[in-house]
Amino acid sequence: MTIGLSHYLILSAILFSVGLAGVLRRKNLLMLFFATEIMLNAANIAFAAISVHIGDLSGQMFALFIIAIAASEVAVGLGLLILIYKKYGTLDLDNLSIMKG
Amino acid sequence: MENYVYIALFAPLVSSLFAALFAQKPKIQLVGIVTSVLIIVSLLASLTLLLHIEETGKAVSVTLMDWIQAGDMDIKFGFTVDQVTAVMMSVVTLVSSVVHVYSNYYMESDRSFNRFFSYLSAFVFSMMILVMSDNFLGLFIGWEGVGVCSWLLIGFWYDKKDVTRDINPSISPSWAANEAFIMNRIADLGMLVGIFMIYWNLGTLKYSEVFAHLDTLSHGMLVGIGIALFIGAMGKSAQFPLHTWLADAMEGPTPVSALIHAATMVTAGVYLVIRANPLYSQIPEVGYFIAVLGTFVAIFAASMALVNRDLKRVIAYSTLSQLGYMFAAAGLGAYWVALFHLAAHAFFKALLFVGAGNVMHAMHDELDMFKMGGLKKQMKWTFLYMGVASLALSGIYPFAGFFSKDTILEAAFNEHTYGIWFVLWFTAGLTAFYSFRQVFMVFFGDERYHELGVHPHEAKPYALWAMAPLAVLALIFGFFKEDFVEFVTKFLPAYEMSEHTEHMVWILTIVTTAIALTGIIIAYFKYSKGLKRNLEFEKKNKVYNLLINQYYIPILYEKTFSKPYKELSEIAWKEIDMEIVDAGVDGIAKAVKVMGDESRKMQNGNLSSYLKWMVAGFIIVTVVSLLTVVIK
Repeated sequence: MTIGLSHYLILSAILFSVGLAGVLRRKNLLMLFFATEIMLNAANIAFAAISVHIGDLSGQMFALFIIAIAASEVAVGLGLLILIYKKYGTLDLDNLSIMKG
Repeated sequence: MENYVYIALFAPLVSSLFAALFAQKPKIQLVGIVTSVLIIVSLLASLTLLLHIEETGKAVSVTLMDWIQAGDMDIKFGFTVDQVTAVMMSVVTLVSSVVHVYSNYYMESDRSFNRFFSYLSAFVFSMMILVMSDNFLGLFIGWEGVGVCSWLLIGFWYDKKDVTRDINPSISPSWAANEAFIMNRIADLGMLVGIFMIYWNLGTLKYSEVFAHLDTLSHGMLVGIGIALFIGAMGKSAQFPLHTWLADAMEGPTPVSALIHAATMVTAGVYLVIRANPLYSQIPEVGYFIAVLGTFVAIFAASMALVNRDLKRVIAYSTLSQLGYMFAAAGLGAYWVALFHLAAHAFFKALLFVGAGNVMHAMHDELDMFKMGGLKKQMKWTFLYMGVASLALSGIYPFAGFFSKDTILEAAFNEHTYGIWFVLWFTAGLTAFYSFRQVFMVFFGDERYHELGVHPHEAKPYALWAMAPLAVLALIFGFFKEDFVEFVTKFLPAYEMSEHTEHMVWILTIVTTAIALTGIIIAYFKYSKGLKRNLEFEKKNKVYNLLINQYYIPILYEKTFSKPYKELSEIAWKEIDMEIVDAGVDGIAKAVKVMGDESRKMQNGNLSSYLKWMVAGFIIVTVVSLLTVVIK
C-alpha cells in the first residue's frame, strides 16, 4: 500500500480534531496551548502534503512560516502563563473569569 | 445709482446684525443710536433714488446675483426701483426712521432694548426686499420675512402671561404672535399657489416679463392667479375673514404697532395689488370683488372701533378700515389713488400710534380710555399730534386724509358704484366719530386717571421732535397730490375722472366733509365732558355687545376651527403618535435592548466558553459556505 495524499489529509484531520477537542474540553491554560499547537501542526501537515502533491513550494513555505510563528507565539504565551500563574496561583480557566460582561 | 439701491437695502440689515451682536446684553444706548442712524441713511438713499427717478423718469434695476438655477428655471436676485417702489421705499424708511428714534424713548427702560432694535431693523430690511424685488419670488421672501419679524415683535414680551383685563379677552403676546403668524400662513399658501400658477404658465417670475405676457393666458387662468394672489394680500392686510389677528397684534410694543401694523407691513397687500395692476386691470370682476370686500371691511372695522375702550385697538380697527379704503380704490382700478392713500395713511396712522404710545407711557400702560381724560393739560404736544393725526384720519381740509380719502370717494362715484360710494361715505362719518371719540376721551373731560394714582407726564423732547416729520407730512402731504399723480402715473395707469364727476367734485367734497364734521360734533357732545360708563347699557344693549365682541367672530373661530383642530391634534397625539409611531420606534429600541441583554450572557469571562462559541461560529460559517457551494 502506498501512502497517498488522502492518508496525510486524514492524519491532518484527525490531529486537528484532537486539537479541537482539547481546546473545547481542557480547562487548563497550558493544556490549551498544547491543543492549539496540535491544531497548527495538523495544518502544517496538510500544507506540506498538498504542496508536494501539486508540486508547488508555497505550501511548504507556509508551513515553515507557521512553525516560526508558532514558536514565537509559544515563547510569548508561556511567559504570560507564568505571570498569570504567579499572580493568581492557578491556570484553571473556570477560576480566571474576571472579564465578565 | 446702483449704490444707492444697495445702501437703501442693506443699511437696515447691517443695523439689525449690529444690534443682534448685543441682543443678550443689557441695554446699550449706542445700539439704539447706531440703528437709528443706519435707518436714516437708508431713508436718505431712498429719497435720493426718489429724486433721481423723478428727474430721469426711468427705473433703476440691479441684479445682485444668480439665485435659483435649475433646469430651465433661472431666477435672479434682482431689484428694481421704479416710481411705485420709490414711493414705498420712502414711506417705509421715513416711518421706520421716526419709529427707530422714537423707540429709543419708548423702550428706554426695557431690559431687551438691544434685541428690540435688532428685530425692528430686520423688519425694515425684509420690507425693503418686499418692495424692491423685481420678481414674485423675491417679493415672497420679503413677504415671509416681514411675517417672521412681525411674529418676533408682537411676541416681544413673550414671557408675559395672559392678563385678564376688563376691556379685552385675555390674550398673551405670544398667543397673539402665533395667531398672526398662523393666519398669515393660511393666506401665504394662497399666494404661493398664485406664484406657482404664474411660473407654470409663463416660465418666469420677473414682473416685467410676467406682465408683458399676460395676454397669452386664458381669462380663467388670469382670474385664478388674481384670486390666489389676492388671498395672500388678504392675510397680510388683515382683510375679512382673516382680520382678527390685527387687533390682537396690539399686544406688541406700541412702536411696533405704529411701524408694522399701521404704516408698512399691513399695506403690503395693497402694494401687491398695485404692483400687479396689469393683471388686475384685465380681470375687472376680481377687481370689483376686491373693491366690495374692501368696502365691507371699511365699515365692518369702523363699526368695531365705535365702541372699543382700548386705546390701541381703536386705532387698529381704524387701520383695518383704512386698508379697506385702499383695497376699494385699488379694486376699482384707481391704483395711484390707493397708493396715495397708502402713503398718507402711513404718515398719520403712525403718528397716531406713536402718540398713543406717549399716552400709554404717561398712564403706565393703562389702555382703557374710560380711565384717562383731561390729559391735554399735561400732554400738550401729544394732544396736538394726535389731534392732527385724527383730523387727517377724519379727512378734514387741509390735512392729508382729506385729499386721499376724497379721491377714493370720487373714484367710487366715478365708477358708478354708488353702493360702494355710499358705504365709504358713511364710513367716513364713522371714522371721524371714533377718531374724535378717542381724542375727547383721552384728552378732554374729567381727569379720571386720579383713581389709578398715576401722574401723567409728557414724553421726552427728542421723542416729540422725532414725531414732528410725521405731523408735518400729515398736515401738508395732501398738497403734493398733483406732483404725486404726475410722478406715479408714469408707471401706474392714469385714472381720469369723467366730466360728470368733475362737476360733482364740489358737492362730493362738501357732503363728505359734512358727514365727517357731523361725526366729530357728535363725538364732542357725547364724550368731551361728564363721561361715565353706562354699565346697564353695556350689559343690555345687543348692538353694543355685538360690536364689542367683534361680531363674535373670534369666538366663532375658536369654536369652529381652534377647538376641533385641538381635538384632532389630541387624537393625532394620543392615538396616532403615541400608539403607532412612538410605539413602533420604542418597539425597535426595546427589541435591541432585549437582544443585548440576552446576548450579554455570552460574555461570562470564561475563555473556555468563548472558545466554544468561536468554534460554533466557525462551524456555522463553514456549513453555510459549503451549502452555498453545493447549491451552486
